[in-house]
Amino acid sequence: MAAATGTVDLAVQTRGLAVAYRKEPVLEGIDLDLPRGTLVGLVGPNGAGKSTLLKALLGLVPLRSGWVRLLGQRGAEARRRVGYVPQRESVDWDFPATVLDVVLMGRYGRIGLFRRPSRHDREAAWQALEQVGMAPYAHRQISQLSGGQQQRVFLARALAQDAALYLMDEPLAGVDAATETAIITLLQELRAAGKTVLVVHHDLNTVEAFFDWLVLLHRRVVAAGPTAEVFTPKHLQAAYGGRLLSLPAPVGSEASAPSGVRL
Amino acid sequence: MTWEALILLLNSPNARWVLAGSLLLGAGCGLLGTFALLRRRSLMGDVLAHAALPGVALGFWVTGAKSVAPLLVGSLVTGLLGAAAVDGITRHSRIKEETAQALVLSVSYGMGVVLLTVLARTGLGGQSGLNRFLIGQAASLVRSDVLVIGGAALAVTLGVLLFFKELKLLAFDPEFGAGLGLPMALMDRLLMGLVVAAVAVGLQAVGVVLVAALLITPAAAARFWTERLERMAILSAAFGGLAGVAGALISLSRPQLPTGPLVVLVATGLLLISMAFGSSRGLVVQRVRQAGIRRRGLAGGTPVRWEGEAS
Repeated sequence: MAAATGTVDLAVQTRGLAVAYRKEPVLEGIDLDLPRGTLVGLVGPNGAGKSTLLKALLGLVPLRSGWVRLLGQRGAEARRRVGYVPQRESVDWDFPATVLDVVLMGRYGRIGLFRRPSRHDREAAWQALEQVGMAPYAHRQISQLSGGQQQRVFLARALAQDAALYLMDEPLAGVDAATETAIITLLQELRAAGKTVLVVHHDLNTVEAFFDWLVLLHRRVVAAGPTAEVFTPKHLQAAYGGRLLSLPAPVGSEASAPSGVRL
Repeated sequence: MTWEALILLLNSPNARWVLAGSLLLGAGCGLLGTFALLRRRSLMGDVLAHAALPGVALGFWVTGAKSVAPLLVGSLVTGLLGAAAVDGITRHSRIKEETAQALVLSVSYGMGVVLLTVLARTGLGGQSGLNRFLIGQAASLVRSDVLVIGGAALAVTLGVLLFFKELKLLAFDPEFGAGLGLPMALMDRLLMGLVVAAVAVGLQAVGVVLVAALLITPAAAARFWTERLERMAILSAAFGGLAGVAGALISLSRPQLPTGPLVVLVATGLLLISMAFGSSRGLVVQRVRQAGIRRRGLAGGTPVRWEGEAS
């Protein structure tokens, strides 16, 4: 059972994962091994398949081939312990609901059919709101929130799940500098608590500061590993090609670059 | 209508059954319509109503009976087929959803009218039968019909209440729901199935052309009064029930007036009142709010700042 014990330490494991939309290949031959307790950045050009990879891990899009193991398990059982933060533009914020209503949705997987949220579920939702600093807005209409506040509500909804692995689709897109710092601090706290966080990210300037692991994606995995090993001009050129106009200046030499820079 | 006439009407057992049926139907459709509207499936009600019409004709033809039960079964069958057709066309061809809806709606309606006309010519149904299904005639319902309609309306209501939080998630963020491991695809089918059932029942009372209004108008009206889904659902059910009862009452007292249009006119009246005076999104409230903002010099609000994409 050497193979089985090997996977226990992995938060995400895929082999030969491929996804196609209408016969157009989006992802091909994805082999990933992401260790537990890491803060992982998922980076690549537009159309690289970053969001699709998250959805494939969650089973939201059909796989053409390959398999996924999350937290050492396959299928629906693992998914209950995975928190998902979709892009905030993916929903209609004009929906009749309050902030607390939306955060409570994170508990729906645990509540079970035909039942209403319990006091314990409400407490978990309030706690999640405290964590993202949105508790004062609990009874606010979601249509009245700013972009950064919407993002924090989605984060709180995932936190309310009390998951072991979090998959986040551009949680830092369109938020102001203060919110960005607050969110990154929160993600680092999750890592400190032993959780694994996989974050789709678009800002190459902050990659080295934020993430201790990095996955460079362009339909295939261009490179994956500790940030210092992956975040090199050679790999970035391979992922972005001519689209990357100015490469971020590397910090020190590749070998001496610190892995897991703290803010 | 005078009070005496109203009391006389309510003394008739049949009238009371018709009113009770219209109330249950209106309330059930209003409740369900909340989710159809928020899931952006407003048009599907209309499509499924037309898809149910051939089923009505077939049910009539096979059993030769005018009672509601076989017609209901027929309309359920072709309604579900219509829903499956829209789904299949959208998924397996390059035709977009609204085109598929238009196709299924018109084809079903054509088939239904041809079938009902043939039936009328052969003397099985009589011309009045066709009209009844197109614009509805609740006053012609008898007690056994109303029991079937009321039972089905209650079943739809129960279905919505049992799966309330799953339907809420389906309407707001189905991908997140699926990520939680909840059967969102199944919930989507359930919602469509409930709409098929509501429409099949509703068209017996208000007719094919107008049943979609019974589903959507109360929900659209309710949205102007609240920003909470739970309150919107209750209010929508209340508006639907009110429109059903008021429409049926007018139709019963003036038998030459068809029920469907009356119910829909009452519901539309409620919608217009809500658009103007709704306490949350009504025009008056919005004007007052805007005036207040202008006075305090805060017009516009703060725009969301977007960062450039790394590309």
